[in-house]
Amino acid sequence: MKQLLAASALLSLALGTAAQSARTDRAAIANGESAFMRVGCFTCHGTVGHGGAAPRLAPNTLPLPGFTTWVRNGTPGWTPASGMPAFPVSVLSDADLADVRAYLASLPAPPPVAEIPLLAP
Amino acid sequence: MIGYRHMDEPKKPGVDRRSFLTGAATGAAAALIAQQTSIAAAQTATTAEPDVQASGGGRPASDFMVDIFKSLDMEYMFSMCASSFMGIHESVLNYAGNKSPQSITCTHEEISVAMANGYAKIEGKPVLVCAHATVGAQHATMALYDAWADRVPIYLVLGNTNDAVDRQGEVFWLHSAQDPCALVRDFTKWDDNPASLTHFAESAVRAYKIAMTPPMGPVAIVVDEEMQHEVTPSDARIPTLNVPTPPAADSGAVKEIAKLLVAAENPVILASRAARTPAGLALMVELAETLQAGVVDSRRRLNFPTRHPLNGGSLGQADVVLALEGGDIANVARQARQRNAKVISITAQHLFQRSNYQDFQRYAEVDMSIAADAEASLPALIEEIRRLTTDSQREAFRQRGARVAEANKRALEQARVDASHGWDASPVSTARLSMELWAQLKNEDWSYVTGWVNWPLRLWDFTQYHQFIGRAGAEGVGYHAPASVGAALANKKHGRISVSIQPDGDLMVAPGALWTAAKYQVPILIVMQNNRAYHQEVMWFQRAALMRKRSLERTQDGFGLGDPNIDFAKLAASMGVGSSGPISDPNELSAAIRRGIDVVKRGEPYLIDVVTQPR
Repeated sequence: MKQLLAASALLSLALGTAAQSARTDRAAIANGESAFMRVGCFTCHGTVGHGGAAPRLAPNTLPLPGFTTWVRNGTPGWTPASGMPAFPVSVLSDADLADVRAYLASLPAPPPVAEIPLLAP
Repeated sequence: MIGYRHMDEPKKPGVDRRSFLTGAATGAAAALIAQQTSIAAAQTATTAEPDVQASGGGRPASDFMVDIFKSLDMEYMFSMCASSFMGIHESVLNYAGNKSPQSITCTHEEISVAMANGYAKIEGKPVLVCAHATVGAQHATMALYDAWADRVPIYLVLGNTNDAVDRQGEVFWLHSAQDPCALVRDFTKWDDNPASLTHFAESAVRAYKIAMTPPMGPVAIVVDEEMQHEVTPSDARIPTLNVPTPPAADSGAVKEIAKLLVAAENPVILASRAARTPAGLALMVELAETLQAGVVDSRRRLNFPTRHPLNGGSLGQADVVLALEGGDIANVARQARQRNAKVISITAQHLFQRSNYQDFQRYAEVDMSIAADAEASLPALIEEIRRLTTDSQREAFRQRGARVAEANKRALEQARVDASHGWDASPVSTARLSMELWAQLKNEDWSYVTGWVNWPLRLWDFTQYHQFIGRAGAEGVGYHAPASVGAALANKKHGRISVSIQPDGDLMVAPGALWTAAKYQVPILIVMQNNRAYHQEVMWFQRAALMRKRSLERTQDGFGLGDPNIDFAKLAASMGVGSSGPISDPNELSAAIRRGIDVVKRGEPYLIDVVTQPR
């Protein structure tokens, strides 16, 4: 009986952790989307990271270390006239940056071109 | 209203500087018509006898001025009405019966000129624009600069009261200038302030000739307000128009260019405003196919069909670049030098430049610089290339062309993949918007009368010159709406469906263009790219703030066009333009576009407000 109770407790803990993790992911994604819009990433990259004046960010978003390096440093030699600017921590915190990446990574891939009649050759 | 001196009321002795009233004028109209019949066929007189002669027995000078405009085949007169050219305006309406030119009311002089810009890019010739020489010209300046930088012929007539004695009150003085064209001289090819009607006639024809000679550009003539109300002298005649043959590259230069191109392994043609006419587009195809060389089109005109296998090329791998009327080529030349490649430039820009405004771009260190019109130079160049090419070279050309075609095919496939991203996004992606439009346009006779969004140029099948007219020459905001309406008015008689993808910020500069489109039943489908901000400047602000490590939180305060959101459908409806939207769901686009095209086919404008992604 003791073993059963212990197993039950473990299962509850595991389920609780998974639920907590899922909540955390959803919160991270929501916060990431909010930060993505707030600091204006969408201006160049589009609201779903599909690209525009700047390259596409989703799907196949860079892993967090590379993503962070890129956001923190920008394009080498960027100026007020051109290039990806560097976002300092004072503008986008590390936590928000990670959430932005989580948001982008959560976005689904588009349908294949072959399945979009308007893009048929 | 301050009274004008009537035509039967001569100026006081010593004041009259023109002496137009000497002699009886009873036979003047008949004599003039007799003289007009003798002018060149291009200027066949189309005037009728005036229904009512002026009370002084003479014919208003402004009637003669309108005859001149008729002889120059001016189809329309774009203007915001003003007292300083009232004589001309009255003659257009009552003497000419409001035909050729037809008076088109614009609600701002910037609209008048930008409409003339769009018209000229479709028709290949200018249209009459009238404005106050002071407050009107001041409004018109940015649109004039756009046309200047874009090599577009604009024919601007500025009303002014030259003689201080004729200025009847405070407003006359406020609306008069000593040298009205000083304001626009930096971005016009030529101007004049004629002192007599004969002088006006010569200058009016000369202005047309200068505007139409490559490099084309705006011209301005001052017309004295009083002169318009004078009597036409019996010996008045319209000078014969003779537009010069465009300057072509000399035979020595042609041989040298052809030699370099034929010997090149990877020649690339770089075209900015190379094609001035539909014939120019055909010549560009002929040149590219003869060389089997890729064409990089910087999209100031339709220089090359977008789906042609040779549309596209790698400037970075070229060993010879042929730049035709080529904009900013300094960087191309600098990079070419680093890899020992050659750059040849043919442009008429060298034949006429002004110094103040810097539209001439950075000095380009090219290997051959030919001061000539590119389009006029192409026939001889193509012929010389053919003459020099051997059979073995022809085979090498063929293989090169196949490589270029393969690369361009892959680029087109990549463009389709790129377009698929964000396909179902809301706000609507500009790619989705473009392809929803294309699906319903592709089987029509269409003309894309604005050049803001790049997707059409990547994915639509542009084959005819009138299908694309470039963009604002000086990138001035406020060009697109009026220029697209002017182009659509030109397209009307050809039965084409004009379509524009209209930026929201641009429309807010000159929304009155919508009213003009409604009033004159201009068939155009305006699809808003409503991204609710000045997004180009947003990007600049972001970089500037981040350079200083400062906040981006106030972006919308300085650059947003939301809060409140502008309801463009209601704006259009308020001016008599049918409309729908705002649409944020891409799945609603198809039905709205179908409805819009149906309205345009009935000969009316229609606007669809689409809330879009920033770019």
